[in-house]
Amino acid sequence: MSVDTATVAKIASLARIKVSEAEIEAMVPELNGILAWVEQLGEVDTSQVEPMTAVIPNTLRLRDDVIDADPLTGGNKRDAVLANAPAAEHGFFGVPKVIE
Amino acid sequence: MPDTSNSLTELGVAQIRDGVANGDFSAVEVAEAFNANVAAAQEALNAFIIATPEKAIEAAQATDAKRARGEALGKMGGVPIGMKDLFATFDVQTTAASHMLEGFKPQYESTVSQKLWDAGAGMLGKLNLDQFAMGSSNETSYFGNVISPWKRNDGGNAALAPGGSSGGSSSALAARLCPAATGTDTGGSIRQPAAFTGTTGIKPTYGRCSRWGVVAFASSLDQAGPMARSVQDCAIMLEAMAGFDAKDSTSLDLPVPNWEAALSGDMKGKKVGIPKEYRVDGLDEDVSKSWDDGIAWLKDAGAEIVEISLPHTKYALPTYYIIAPAEASSNLARYDGVRYGLRDLPDGANLQDMYAATRAAGFGPEVKRRILIGTYVLSAGFYDAYYTQAQKVRALIAQDFAKAFEQCDVILAPTAPSAAFGLGENVDDPLKMYLNDVFAVPASLAGLPAMSVPAGLNREGLPLGLQVIGKAFDEQGVLNAGLALEQRAQFAAKPEKWW
Repeated sequence: MSVDTATVAKIASLARIKVSEAEIEAMVPELNGILAWVEQLGEVDTSQVEPMTAVIPNTLRLRDDVIDADPLTGGNKRDAVLANAPAAEHGFFGVPKVIE
Repeated sequence: MPDTSNSLTELGVAQIRDGVANGDFSAVEVAEAFNANVAAAQEALNAFIIATPEKAIEAAQATDAKRARGEALGKMGGVPIGMKDLFATFDVQTTAASHMLEGFKPQYESTVSQKLWDAGAGMLGKLNLDQFAMGSSNETSYFGNVISPWKRNDGGNAALAPGGSSGGSSSALAARLCPAATGTDTGGSIRQPAAFTGTTGIKPTYGRCSRWGVVAFASSLDQAGPMARSVQDCAIMLEAMAGFDAKDSTSLDLPVPNWEAALSGDMKGKKVGIPKEYRVDGLDEDVSKSWDDGIAWLKDAGAEIVEISLPHTKYALPTYYIIAPAEASSNLARYDGVRYGLRDLPDGANLQDMYAATRAAGFGPEVKRRILIGTYVLSAGFYDAYYTQAQKVRALIAQDFAKAFEQCDVILAPTAPSAAFGLGENVDDPLKMYLNDVFAVPASLAGLPAMSVPAGLNREGLPLGLQVIGKAFDEQGVLNAGLALEQRAQFAAKPEKWW
């Protein structure tokens, strides 16, 4: 499988990255080079193999259902949460208008 | 008063810890000596994104005060370290070497860095790296390339890569800007830079060190580990970094062994596997020779050498370059210009335009490349052919190791296929750059502990590393084999100071 300019433009749009025509032109051969190389995986017989889900066997834990069990990540952290926001207003994240 | 500043910066973790505890010198003296080296090398090596000399002094003063009160100083008491700028540090800029996170000051501390401070370490600064840890030469940092302190012995002045992504860590260690540094390893990012700079580093078993507060690249692979100038120093620092963390769902709920106390270079009764698939056609002669040296050293240490087979080795790198970008594309979706980091809001832009403009401005070319690859292999219609197939091959690669470890205790291989290359030599061809991690990636895909130890110099006078790969949870076996190599390699070379 290989990609063309239309596909790269579509991927970039899915990834929410603005790319210029020139960038797309440059990326097509680069991505095709990488994709052609990874395609060698197709030659491996994996019909009897389950895809890996956990690299080291582990069990997923449930934490105790306690409010603010960890004071560091619990509630009442509004100012800390907003501290690095590019536009924080009135205790909220500010974004461009989304409803016309 | 005798000038001890030069000799202090030659010391490693154990020597500093013991010297401070014994009162041979104060922690503040040590911190001052390293702070001076950091400042003097910054322009030439660019190893740090920011220096935090006041943090180093503050921690050192706390250690000296504790000593004066007769209190225990901790595993890393009085040791100043470099912190890879992928670890969130409270109110100290944390960038992942990206424009996206320039100016980001976390309101929390990563688990690993907190553990290190709790153990008595102090922070010299935030170390440069490849942007979002994506790279093998530290040439993708938004804050400029890191330069290796090493030079070829050809009389030329070519600037060499310190490896990547932990290139600031490796350069700083080799140049004596710090006695130890944190690294992270997704597909070789601790081991390859260690090999390139004649330093030592271990990636522990996946899950040993908490990923909480570490800027995420590929979450099923990312693992933090120590980098230092000796196996013992790595063991000490790993003890301080490792441990269960409820805030990381993949954290291993296991006690942290006392790796330092159990260190032994005696390999009697141990079997060392030599994977025949790593002996690739056209393997660099010097790399091949250093591997043979390593085999001889481990034999000398009492080990039995056995040939093993890891049949899916050639598929490891392409598997990695599906899985890592896929996970990266998902992880890096968080950079949206809303909650933290850069925002680029062109005139009249709507929310979607803002996302796209922010991400275009905030990510470098390699990061964009990997996000696009990842987005593609996860997209409808391609997911099974690429991503699912890669996860299946990954399972086969892990099985290869499981079978091999029925025949041996540890595996010995080169860390990287070459010594350090010149800056700019591999940047035009992403595939060529990716091949640097051909020997490092398989252990990452299988989540296994693996370390790089300096083996000697090649004909150009540049360091080469040997890699030890161990069974899951057997960091001790890895460290012990590493120690056996270190004791015999007697690696004492250091870069001649030009900076």
